[in-house]
Amino acid sequence: MFAYMIRRLVTMALTLLAISFLVFVIIQLPPGDYVTTQIEEMIAQGTAIDAKRAEFLREEYGLNQPFIYQYATWVWGLVHGDLGYSFEHNLPVADVVGDRLFFTMVLNVATVIFIYAVSFPIGAYSATHQYSWNDHGITFLGLLGLATPNFLLALILMYFANVWFGTSIGGLMDPIYQNQPWSFAKFGSVLAHLWVPVLVIGTSGTAGMIRRLRANLLDELQKQYVDTGRAKGLPEGRLLRKYPLRMALNPFIADIGSLLPQIISGSVIVSFVMSLPTTGPMLLDALQSQDMYLAGSFLMFLALLVVVGMFLSDILLAILDPRIRLEGTVGQ
Amino acid sequence: MTHPTDPDRLPHRVSEKPFVFDDEDALTPEQERYYMASQWKMMWWRFKKHRIAVWAGAILLVFYLVAALVEVVAPYGLETKNVRFKYAPPQAVHLFHEGSFYGPFVYPYKVTRNLETMTRVFTPDTTKPSQIRFFCWGDKYRFWGLIKGSFHIICPPEKSTMYLLGSDSLGRDMLSRVLYGTRISLTVGLIGITISFLLGISIGGAAGYFGGWVDKSVQRVIEILRSLPELPLWMALSAALPANWSPILVYFGITVILGLLDWPGLARAVRSKLLALREEDFAVAARLMGAPPKHIIGRHLLPNFMSHLIASATLSIPSMILGETALSFLGLGLRPPVTSWGVLLAEAQNINAVALFPWLMIPMVPVIIVVLAFNFLGDGLRDAADPYR
Repeated sequence: MFAYMIRRLVTMALTLLAISFLVFVIIQLPPGDYVTTQIEEMIAQGTAIDAKRAEFLREEYGLNQPFIYQYATWVWGLVHGDLGYSFEHNLPVADVVGDRLFFTMVLNVATVIFIYAVSFPIGAYSATHQYSWNDHGITFLGLLGLATPNFLLALILMYFANVWFGTSIGGLMDPIYQNQPWSFAKFGSVLAHLWVPVLVIGTSGTAGMIRRLRANLLDELQKQYVDTGRAKGLPEGRLLRKYPLRMALNPFIADIGSLLPQIISGSVIVSFVMSLPTTGPMLLDALQSQDMYLAGSFLMFLALLVVVGMFLSDILLAILDPRIRLEGTVGQ
Repeated sequence: MTHPTDPDRLPHRVSEKPFVFDDEDALTPEQERYYMASQWKMMWWRFKKHRIAVWAGAILLVFYLVAALVEVVAPYGLETKNVRFKYAPPQAVHLFHEGSFYGPFVYPYKVTRNLETMTRVFTPDTTKPSQIRFFCWGDKYRFWGLIKGSFHIICPPEKSTMYLLGSDSLGRDMLSRVLYGTRISLTVGLIGITISFLLGISIGGAAGYFGGWVDKSVQRVIEILRSLPELPLWMALSAALPANWSPILVYFGITVILGLLDWPGLARAVRSKLLALREEDFAVAARLMGAPPKHIIGRHLLPNFMSHLIASATLSIPSMILGETALSFLGLGLRPPVTSWGVLLAEAQNINAVALFPWLMIPMVPVIIVVLAFNFLGDGLRDAADPYR
């Protein structure tokens, strides 16, 4: 178990390193750098440009250095918790993002929990009642959930949440709590606002997970050990809980690998629509204004969430399933 | 009759009937039809049994037909605007006027201003039914940007307007714009999937056939790409497209970006199939006869699972269409005058649109229909892909 964990940790670190390189290449892609964009803007506004100042800025930000050197500096900083400097806001990135990263994590973790909590019972029901009207209904709703762009769902749900429940539009808490320290009232307010984005982001994921659990469980239910259990007189509920559900649970948890990127993609666009204090809206701004270190930090953080999530799910799987623990691979 | 020398031996009997070689295997005509059918024909039979998939295919065919003939199908031109009719709500089509049959017509809008809220108020003028024209001459257009014309299948009534799905902030007909969006939104998926298909086959093919370090490194790259959230990456890449590119170039840029990140799934499928197939007898035979790898992969292995690939490619088109919609909605994707469903939805970005002008969200309906149709079609194709099962 310990050796397995170490091996997984090493692969995780290597993956993150590769991702950081990819992210750095991407944020470097736009032609020119932040200073050129700035100078162009100043020319457009008719302000005189100070060549010396431009040179100073480049020097200051290290934009003159060769690519590899810039990359190495950036990664070295990341490892030490220094996220770089935001050109747009004239502040260190760490100060700009504030608790956005924390809220992003809260939002995504809540969505994962929501998806698992909802899709497990529904998927199990759907599989045990195959081809019943309820099963058809669930399948239809699930397909609709897969097909609807979630940003539109966000808009519509936001409207109805406001009309029916009077939840204030946008944000993760009532405006009065914005700058207050954490308290139970603030926590309650966050919870009251959290359900709309969680529901919206979770819809397509839930739909996918229900379909997958249903398929897995249907495969298991056809196996002979189920008949054997039934023949020796096990009650249906106990039979289901004791054997096929446990077998179907394994790929269900392993699927977090495809679920997490999807949730995070969803949370980016949904938080833009609902203007949540998470990474989404600011990432968009940063990308548009070529604020490369800010954008890079957000991209890295989102990738980190996925990679760490996968790591945790692998550990969980290893605890659940001795085959993985002993062989070191996810058997599917 | 006993044996001449050995009386204990049993006599043996030879049938007097003439010997016909394949007499016992005679097939009924149906069986013959079935056994002699080509693989593609059998897949078609199998596919036809999947009723929903057939319907989905038909719906998609209609959508692509519309995409090909937009200029003729749409009642208005893409940019035809009427400033008097900003944000006009959808008009209903009526058939009966004052109890008698009149043919399809609309009641033209009377526009008044509500001076308190400073908004336009549209009231249908029920005294003047105006007939919708069919097969008529209306707004001028250039068919696919080339041939001039003005023929439409359906036109607004003469000296009146017709907004069956309402109008937008500039008084442009939503129906026509949604129809024009079909062309862009549907081709994005097709071009994107072509790119990802080519990449997936060549990279996955190389990994599966050569194995060894090629396979290992491809596997690692796929793992890394799959652990990245798609949308933020798409956003970052499309933000990197130069701002001075023409809308058409941006369109191609976006499709390339969508295709570039989609190949890992296909490559994985190709790889695992190849790994299984290359040890089959026919592949070994080809290798022993000295066929080069390119020939073996392309001629013997690929045709074996092409149908599977087509099915899984169909299933990944929806994510591209949704991706384009999301990017355009965020303002990072296509830009006007290129009009896709995502570009149209970008106008419905704020909650006011939902509350005041809900018809601006109509482009969402074709998105849902097309995505669902591609999913059903893909399911049907996947079931049909292996007709021998």
